[in-house]
Amino acid sequence: MVVGESKPIEEILAMVADFDKILLTGCKGCVTVCNAGGQKEVGILASALKIARKKEGREIQIDEVTLERQCDPEYIDQLEEPINNNSYDAVVSMACSVGPQYIAARYEDLLVFPALNTTFIGGSLEHGVWAEFCQACGACGIHNFGALCPIARCAKSLLNGPCGGSSGGKCEISPETDCVWHLIYDRMNRLGQLDKMANVVMFKDWTTSRDGGPRKIVREDLKQ
Amino acid sequence: MRLNYPSNVKIVNVPCTGRVDILHLLKAVEDGADGVYVAGCLEGDCHYLSGNLKAKKRVAYVKKVLEEIGLEPERAEMYNLSAAQGTRFAEIAREFTERIRELGPSPVGSGAKSGAEAA
Ligand code: SF4
Ligand code: SF4
Repeated sequence: MVVGESKPIEEILAMVADFDKILLTGCKGCVTVCNAGGQKEVGILASALKIARKKEGREIQIDEVTLERQCDPEYIDQLEEPINNNSYDAVVSMACSVGPQYIAARYEDLLVFPALNTTFIGGSLEHGVWAEFCQACGACGIHNFGALCPIARCAKSLLNGPCGGSSGGKCEISPETDCVWHLIYDRMNRLGQLDKMANVVMFKDWTTSRDGGPRKIVREDLKQ
Repeated sequence: MRLNYPSNVKIVNVPCTGRVDILHLLKAVEDGADGVYVAGCLEGDCHYLSGNLKAKKRVAYVKKVLEEIGLEPERAEMYNLSAAQGTRFAEIAREFTERIRELGPSPVGSGAKSGAEAA
């Protein structure tokens, strides 16, 4: 899933400092699962912002709506009713950063702000802890590495690791961070594939990644 | 046991403090309470095992939010006592009321009371 976290409330307060009536929009997709921008977090942020503004003696009206997803135009339709029937000064989106861009594209004259920092593609390690697992390089090669991704999980994205900083299973950047190359070695060993580690993995063609410019997938079988 | 506790403390009953959400506590402050505290069972004594420990973390989160928006984090608190400690319950109500009195009225409120959630 896309993992994100709330921006500091101070930053969001500054974004809406000039406004008295906003629409705060959550997303029931990834950011609900990572407890960053679902219905619950929308309620909490709305309350915190209202408290802060009451404290300043300048109340703010915040309407709340949580969409099925904010990354599909048909769900952005769910905003028609609240936006057409209210004169909002701005919309604040708690989806990943796809959301605010979709809302801005639909409503050309409306100010839109992101309330989250979209952080990585990852998964949960336990309740309340998430980690990065994929960097969307566009040409997955994890089968060469015991099904572990060194692009996303090695600090240096080494294809032929480990580096000299690997120590006791941990990466030199932090004792909290596993050295993924240590994990790769252990797993290849277990699978009886250590000999494959002697092969030099050639440099990667990064054109499938961001280096090739913004990416797009077109599926003719699905397109209308 | 007939014990007096300050009448400004408004009690909201919940089956277990594990039911108390961050939003419940924030709403109390948003609606003008000068302070809000959760009175849960003693740690290790939760009937549902970890309700009071969850509440404790949520209170800590609320304190952080209050601080971030420039309010005193002391306006939110977690207390632990057993259901048999009526005297302690009254004492906590007095203690917290005293703390809030020292902090003064919330800049948010309309001079409203402090709230408590008890289980
Ligand atoms: S808008 Fe972002 S967070 Fe929401 S479902 Fe789509 S990708 Fe996930
Ligand atoms: S210690 Fe391991 S994870 Fe860290 S940079 Fe070196 S090879 Fe990569």
